[in-house]
Amino acid sequence: MMRTIDATGMEFTELNGLLRRTEGDIELQGCLGQRFIGAGMGNRKIRIHGIPGNALGAYLNGGELEVFGNAQDAVGDTMNAGTILVHGSIGDTAGYAMRGGKIYVRGNAGYRTGIHMKAYKEHLPVIIIGGRAGSFLGEYQAGGILVVLGLHTDGRPIVSNYPCTGMHGGKLFLRSDCRDLRFPKQVTARPASPEDLEEIGDYLEEYCALFGLDRSHILSSPFTVVTPDSANPYRQMYVAN
Amino acid sequence: MRVLEGQFRNPSGCAISAVISRNGERMSGEQIIESMKPMHERSNGLGGGFAGYGIYPEYRELFALHLFFSGKEAKKDCEDYLKGALELVKAEVIPTRTIPAITDEPLIWRYFVTPLRSVLASMQVDENEYIARVVMHINTAITGAYVFSSGKNMGVFKAVGFPEDVGEFYRLEDYGAYSWTAHGRYPTNTPGWWGGAHPFALLDWTVVHNGEISSYDANRRCIEMYGYKCTLQTDTEVITYIADYLLRKQGLTLEETASVIAAPFWETIERMPEAEKRELTYLRTVFPSLLVTGPFSIVLGFHGGLMALNDRLKLRSMVTAEKGDRVFIASEEAAIRAMEPAAENFYAPAGGEPVIVRVREGCC
Repeated sequence: MMRTIDATGMEFTELNGLLRRTEGDIELQGCLGQRFIGAGMGNRKIRIHGIPGNALGAYLNGGELEVFGNAQDAVGDTMNAGTILVHGSIGDTAGYAMRGGKIYVRGNAGYRTGIHMKAYKEHLPVIIIGGRAGSFLGEYQAGGILVVLGLHTDGRPIVSNYPCTGMHGGKLFLRSDCRDLRFPKQVTARPASPEDLEEIGDYLEEYCALFGLDRSHILSSPFTVVTPDSANPYRQMYVAN
Repeated sequence: MRVLEGQFRNPSGCAISAVISRNGERMSGEQIIESMKPMHERSNGLGGGFAGYGIYPEYRELFALHLFFSGKEAKKDCEDYLKGALELVKAEVIPTRTIPAITDEPLIWRYFVTPLRSVLASMQVDENEYIARVVMHINTAITGAYVFSSGKNMGVFKAVGFPEDVGEFYRLEDYGAYSWTAHGRYPTNTPGWWGGAHPFALLDWTVVHNGEISSYDANRRCIEMYGYKCTLQTDTEVITYIADYLLRKQGLTLEETASVIAAPFWETIERMPEAEKRELTYLRTVFPSLLVTGPFSIVLGFHGGLMALNDRLKLRSMVTAEKGDRVFIASEEAAIRAMEPAAENFYAPAGGEPVIVRVREGCC
């Protein structure tokens, strides 16, 4: 059963207390900037209307958060498991230190998406961004899979400056030939092979089904895959100036 | 022993927001106050403030000095100085409302003034330079007196408290501005006191800032060589003086000023087309000590417009949006939605990418 909660005018601790005390799935209306929605939650669904505040689904441990508009900064901060779906765009540092679960975004992402995401054995975090991503995409990425599809239409590049700075694990997929992109020395960027794409096939299928997109159309463009180059490990955080 | 503000360090962020009517329509302060409510947690009650442009149309030719006085003696000393230095057209208490959330207020006055033409002629300075010197003199030499606003047809209203309370305290619903900026403070390194709340202002320039300036001392040492005095015990002040120096004294454009404050990395400059490369190399070479490093998002208010700017690494959040002739800027989208639920064209400017909005010619 889906219960409806109206968050209008509610302070964030009050709202989160109410969410924790309410059992089952929740339809959340009138959200406006309340932080930490779904933090640490597992095994249920919250459908969010309005604008959730920062750190949506921080430490998420299962279940699903679905946002019908945009979300702000630090979506899925340190999340462990579960799924966050955003129909709009998201702010900076989504998936910060994420160690499991999935973040699927239809629109664009801000700076530092997937910063320090990591993986361990069966825990494999996945982020798919439908549009474009800001600078420092996958900064210090240590594991997991980051995908940017570049379905945006505003003519801006699929990713801004300094992608993969400090990357030392995981994989980044960009739906682009990346001709104009400059990557740091310690990573290797190459055209994605069918085997590479096989690795993200199930996630893409799920993503396209959720957002009503055509998977074969998406796969008809070239992808680039970026991995850290273990022979030339990362040494310096930022450029020398 | 009670540990006082300024004797300990407390970490976190701040909130900024702004709205401007490109048609120059006057907006009361209620909407901008509303924008600060969803960002309440970004402040800790140790500073809130607003700047409104176009609020004193009946005195548009006069400089409006807003002052804090610690007591009657400071007020008398300051007024004695003002009477000798300027023509005083009007002096009045800034109207406030007594509310439980705002306490320990200083004396808060405003003076509508104009420099004496004969003094300007003999000193061979223009009126802006003269007023800037008056402000620096009061803030450094008159104990207990602080000028916190000094432009024409604009004013800053700030206090220790949460911004929504500060707005109520100053009765901002009674003012009509074509642009407003707002700030909620969470001081991290320096005291939360009335003069240290944002916006920081000099002449028409005002700055609200979320962040922390790593280059503060380098910037301060540089700007103090040009007659500015950093007296307000917090880093943001220096950005205001840098803006005044680059825009008014050096005659740079807003875009050029943004390229000095948030200069691109040399590596980024290297990859630019030749003309752009030459210009940015020039700006970084001529004004190296005015590069502001560390995380910041700021809104610079000026006569007829606003400029939003992030640090070049974009270590603080900022979004912009539009609706009709209105443009909105805030730390969080929720703040913009609080002002205008149907706002559209949301955009997150890149680090170092200035967003400049101007009121249409002749509308302010």
